[in-house]
Amino acid sequence: MNLDLSPAWISIKVTLTATAIVFFLGLMIAWLMSNYNGRWKGLIDGILTLPLVLPPTVAGFGILLLIGKNGPIGNFLEIFGVNIIFSWYAAVIAAIVVAFPLMYKTTMGAFQQIDPNILSAARTLGASEVKVFWQVAVPVARPGIAAATALTFARCLGEFGATLMVAGSIPGKTETIPIAIYFATQGGEMQVALVWVLIIFAISLTVLVINNYWESHKKNQQRGLGG
Amino acid sequence: MEFIIDIKKKLYDFQLDVKLQSKEEIIGILGASGSGKSMLLRCIAGLVKPDQGQIIINGKTFFDSEKKINLSMRERKVGFLFQNYALFPNMTIAENIAFGLDKLSKHEKKSRVSALMEKYHLGDIGKRYPSQISGGQQQRVALARAVAVEPEMLLLDEPFSALDVHLRNHMIRELSELLKEFQGITLFVTHNRDEAYYLSDYIAVFNTGKVEIYGQKDAIFKWPGSLETAKITGCKNIVEATRRSENQLYVPQWDIALRTVMKIEPDVGFMGIRANQIKLLDEQDSQQENCFKVYIADESEGPFRTWLYLKIGSRPKSRADFHLQCEISREQRRHLDNLEEPFIMYINPDYVFFVAQ
Repeated sequence: MNLDLSPAWISIKVTLTATAIVFFLGLMIAWLMSNYNGRWKGLIDGILTLPLVLPPTVAGFGILLLIGKNGPIGNFLEIFGVNIIFSWYAAVIAAIVVAFPLMYKTTMGAFQQIDPNILSAARTLGASEVKVFWQVAVPVARPGIAAATALTFARCLGEFGATLMVAGSIPGKTETIPIAIYFATQGGEMQVALVWVLIIFAISLTVLVINNYWESHKKNQQRGLGG
Repeated sequence: MEFIIDIKKKLYDFQLDVKLQSKEEIIGILGASGSGKSMLLRCIAGLVKPDQGQIIINGKTFFDSEKKINLSMRERKVGFLFQNYALFPNMTIAENIAFGLDKLSKHEKKSRVSALMEKYHLGDIGKRYPSQISGGQQQRVALARAVAVEPEMLLLDEPFSALDVHLRNHMIRELSELLKEFQGITLFVTHNRDEAYYLSDYIAVFNTGKVEIYGQKDAIFKWPGSLETAKITGCKNIVEATRRSENQLYVPQWDIALRTVMKIEPDVGFMGIRANQIKLLDEQDSQQENCFKVYIADESEGPFRTWLYLKIGSRPKSRADFHLQCEISREQRRHLDNLEEPFIMYINPDYVFFVAQ
C-alpha cells in the first residue's frame, strides 16, 4: 500500500482556515440577527440557513456561478490574474458556505437563550456594544458556541460534494480526505480508503470529545465542583 | 435632587400613563403584579422606549419625545437591580462588581472593589462565581455592582421576591441601611406593602399603568385617597357607605352608623377600616359611639395572629355569613374565651376612612 499523506495536510489546512472564518462570521451575524427584529428577519434568516437544507452540489453549483471563469467574482479576480477555482481556496469557500448555517443557527440559538436582563445589566453599567458582545454575550453563550464550532469543524472536514465541484480532486493540491476516500473506493483501493476513513474518524471524534471535556470542566468550575 | 416623569406607553392590555414628580430620595412604587410598575423602571433605565412624554432626572433629559431625545442605556447609566439580579455567570464576584469600572486604573479598581465588598459584607467570596453564593449574597453583589459606577439613580425591581421569607426580613433591614448611604434617587418597585412601608417614606400607588396616589406613607396607609389605594395597601374591610353628616356615615349592608374623624364630602362612596384597627372590648364602656355587638362567624389562626370573621347585630347563619375581618393577637383571642357572645366591637373613628366611588 502506497499512501500519499497530502490529503491529510490539505484537509487540515482547509478545515482550520474555513472553521476560523466561519467562527467569526457566524458569531457576528448570529449576534446581529438576534438583535434584529425588522420585517426582513425571516427572509434573511432563510437565506443564511439555506445551504443547510440544500444538497451540497447545489451550493457547489452556486459557488461555481460566482467564482468560475465567467462568474462576476471570477471575472473580477481575473483582472489581477488570480484564479481561485480548482485551488485550495475554492475548497475553503465551499467549506465555508456549507458549514456556515450550522455555526450561525447553533450560535443564534445560544444567544437567544441568554437572559436579556444580563445584557441590559451590562449596558446600564455603561458597557459599549463591543464590550457587551465580547465580555458578556460570547462567554455566557460559550457552551453553545463551542458546540457550534465543533460541528462546524466536523462539517468542514467532511465536506465533499461542493468541494469536488469547485476545487476538483487534484492530488497534492485540492484532494482532501473525503475526496481521497471516494476515489480510492472507486479505484478499488479499499485498504487506502479504510486508512483514510479511520483517520477522519479519529480526528472528528477527538475534536468532539475534547470539546465535551473542556465544556464540562468549565461548567464545573462555575458551579464550584473543583477545577 | 429631582425627577420628572411624564410618559405614555401602550402595553399589551392597558396603557402605561405615568405622571410622577418628586424631590424625595427614596420612593416606593406599590402595585399589584402586572400593573405596569416594572415597565416604568424599564422606561427610566432605557430598556424600553416610551411612546411619548419625557423623563428628566436631576435636570438631565433621558427621554423627550418632542425634542427627539432618547439616551441609550449606557448614557443614562442608572443603577438597575433586576428581580433575578442578572449577575454575569461567567465572571467571579469581584469581576462582576468591577465590570463598570473600566475608566479607573487597575489599582483604583481593585481598591474600589474591595471597599465595596467590605461594605456589602461580601467577605472573601470575591473569587467565587455567582452560582456558588447564596441568594442574599447575590442580591448584595448586584447592588454593589450597580452602585460601583456611582449612578445618580438606583432602580430596584422587586428586590426581595427571589428570597426566602426569613432571609427577606433580614435583607430588607440590610438594604434599608445601605440605601440610606446611597447619594441619589432610589425608586423601588414592590407588590408587598410591608416592604414599601419599611423602605421608603414616600409611596406611589400604582394601578393598571397609572399612579393612583403619591404621597407620604403614613398618610396613605391611614386614609387611602382612593378605593384602589385602599385595596392595594391591604385594607380588608371596604364596604359601600353614604354620608350622613360631615363626620358621620351610614353603612347600609351592616345597618350601622359610624362616626369619623375624617371629613366626609361626597354623598356616596366606600368606607374602610383595617382589620388590625378593630378592637374587641371586655364590656361596653361609657361611650356608646362606634360600639357594636358582634358574633364570630369564622376564624383562622396564624402562628401569632388570629383572624376573626365577624357579623354585626345577629348570629351568623353560616361560616360565610360575616361582615368584616378583624385581626388580633392569639393572646387577645384566648382572652375572648372568658367572655360570652355577643362581643363588643369598637371602631376607632380616627381609623375610619371614606373614599369616593
